[in-house]
Amino acid sequence: MTPRLDIRILLPVLSLAILLAAVFWLQPRAMSYLGLNLLFNLAVPVALATVAQMIVIMVGDIDLSMGAFVSFVACVTATLVVDAPGLGYAALAAAILAYAALGALIEARRLPAIVVTLGMSFAWGGLAVLLLPSPGGSAPGWLRAVMTVKPPLVPMAVLASAAIALAAHLVVMRSSFGVLLRGLGGNARSLGRAGWSPVALRAAAYGLAGLFAVLSGMALVGLSTAADANIALRYTLLSIAGVILGGGEFTGGRVSPVGAVIGALTLTLAGSFLSFLRLSPDWQIGAQGVILIAVLAARLLFGRRAR
Amino acid sequence: MKTATCLALTIALVTGAAASADTSDKRIALSNNYAGNSWRQAMLESWEATAGQAVSDGVVAAADAFTTAENQATEQAAQIQNMILQGYDAIVLNAASPTALNGAVMEACDAGIVVVSFDGIVEEPCAWRIAVDFEQMGSDQIDYLAGRLPDGGDLLEIRGLAGVFVDDAISRGIHDGVAANPQFSVAGSVNGDWAQDVAQRAVAGILPSLPEIVGVATQGGDGYGAAQAFEAAGRDMPIIVLGNRQDELQWWAEQRDANGYETMSVSIAPGVSTLAFWVAQQVLDGAEVPKDLTVPFLRIDQADLDQALETTPEGGVANTEYDLEAAQQVISDASS
Repeated sequence: MTPRLDIRILLPVLSLAILLAAVFWLQPRAMSYLGLNLLFNLAVPVALATVAQMIVIMVGDIDLSMGAFVSFVACVTATLVVDAPGLGYAALAAAILAYAALGALIEARRLPAIVVTLGMSFAWGGLAVLLLPSPGGSAPGWLRAVMTVKPPLVPMAVLASAAIALAAHLVVMRSSFGVLLRGLGGNARSLGRAGWSPVALRAAAYGLAGLFAVLSGMALVGLSTAADANIALRYTLLSIAGVILGGGEFTGGRVSPVGAVIGALTLTLAGSFLSFLRLSPDWQIGAQGVILIAVLAARLLFGRRAR
Repeated sequence: MKTATCLALTIALVTGAAASADTSDKRIALSNNYAGNSWRQAMLESWEATAGQAVSDGVVAAADAFTTAENQATEQAAQIQNMILQGYDAIVLNAASPTALNGAVMEACDAGIVVVSFDGIVEEPCAWRIAVDFEQMGSDQIDYLAGRLPDGGDLLEIRGLAGVFVDDAISRGIHDGVAANPQFSVAGSVNGDWAQDVAQRAVAGILPSLPEIVGVATQGGDGYGAAQAFEAAGRDMPIIVLGNRQDELQWWAEQRDANGYETMSVSIAPGVSTLAFWVAQQVLDGAEVPKDLTVPFLRIDQADLDQALETTPEGGVANTEYDLEAAQQVISDASS
């Protein structure tokens, strides 16, 4: 491991630890099984969306439709999956395939992903409103059970975050498939010369991102027990910020799955921290931005030194 | 066996006596999803005035107001979970979504916290709901127009923010009213987002394509903008049902003085937040409160205009605030 890789993962861990210590100091009640679960359970869908966004960023693109897509999945989960499970799961699978097709389209026609995904965000939003014109629906029983399970010793939210980080790490950093995807972000042309089809690879990357985004929407419904068409619109920016906070870079191929999950946790915790501080909401968005910039500045500083 | 009965009796007596329990050490939080229009600002001011007074009178220990920054259900769910951690005894809630907060509300109830939702209510059964009959607010407008325009004609409907259930409910009421009064037909619908500037743009955009409009059904906050658009297009001023905003009332008074313009104005009083506060306090006090309460909306007719205009601050909304007695009255009305 090079020192640069160390700093990539060390800084997110450090920012999370500092923030967690501050929250415990402000609100000792949070330092319990129940408290940790309350602090972090809404971070689980954010973490899944962040991993999805990370995969897209890893291949050198950016996904502006993440929030709308997760909302759409939430609407499908809260309606079709409950009323007609067969059709519901088929719709979710089709959504993943649609994501893969988008990836193929972006590569084959050399379209800018930022424009395609921006356009798709309106498509997903429209479909979500069609499915669920007014807020409602219900969570499938098994999903609710999974999201509210109370394992001994460690709360669900912490276990789930660790599992997501591990799964993403294995797929992206340890499998040969992951190496190919990172290569696609780093240098697509050389991959093409080596005989790999960039279209198929980008489709696979987007499909994988779609899978994590679908899991995110389902986890969200499991927590909220219902959906509405606007439920996850914040996730677009949250997921991008989470990836960057967790050590990823917009230059393709440089990401950290574990960091991305920690980044998502940090962002969620930052919201609680600011609310415990009793900061006026007008300042909260700004303060969240300041935390983000502070972490990025620290990374730049340490990154330089390490180099 | 005898002791068991005795014990049960004692418990019953103790719980019965708890109806006058002390709430001076209880802490109440307001979770609000949006503060970006005059109605919400007035709602927060009413809370500040009434709840702040209650705190300084020692009725409750704290009554803190929190507003989420982005009007998103996931953000408000996190806010409610934070309130659970902060150990509040009751949460008063104006919800971003009637369903998407159910999970968080359930967690709060499980933690023994009293949850009272108002205006934007939640469906979770463990919470109290202070609802407005929004559908009636819509159909009342058509009833009023039917009284004024027995010959009927084409109406323009201005809707609120798409995808919010309040918008659906009022619109449903308007369309039910039109169905019951077949002399009317809705010639066009636009989304005014409950804001004057948005409504003005939307109405100006659709006007050229419309036949003569005799009446405009609105949702509040959009009437003045609609009037501006009609004036700019040089069309006859229809009967625009207004929504209790000060600029609307001001315009109404000017029109009345200039050419005898008549209409009515209807909306919810933002002071409903103070009713929610007292309901939470009463529940903490141990009072029997039914889970579903209905609050009347505030209607201003031609005769009440001057008085309403006098008491409404500039840029504000016509308002009624509740004190403890008024809240107890609402509760006992609902119980009987």
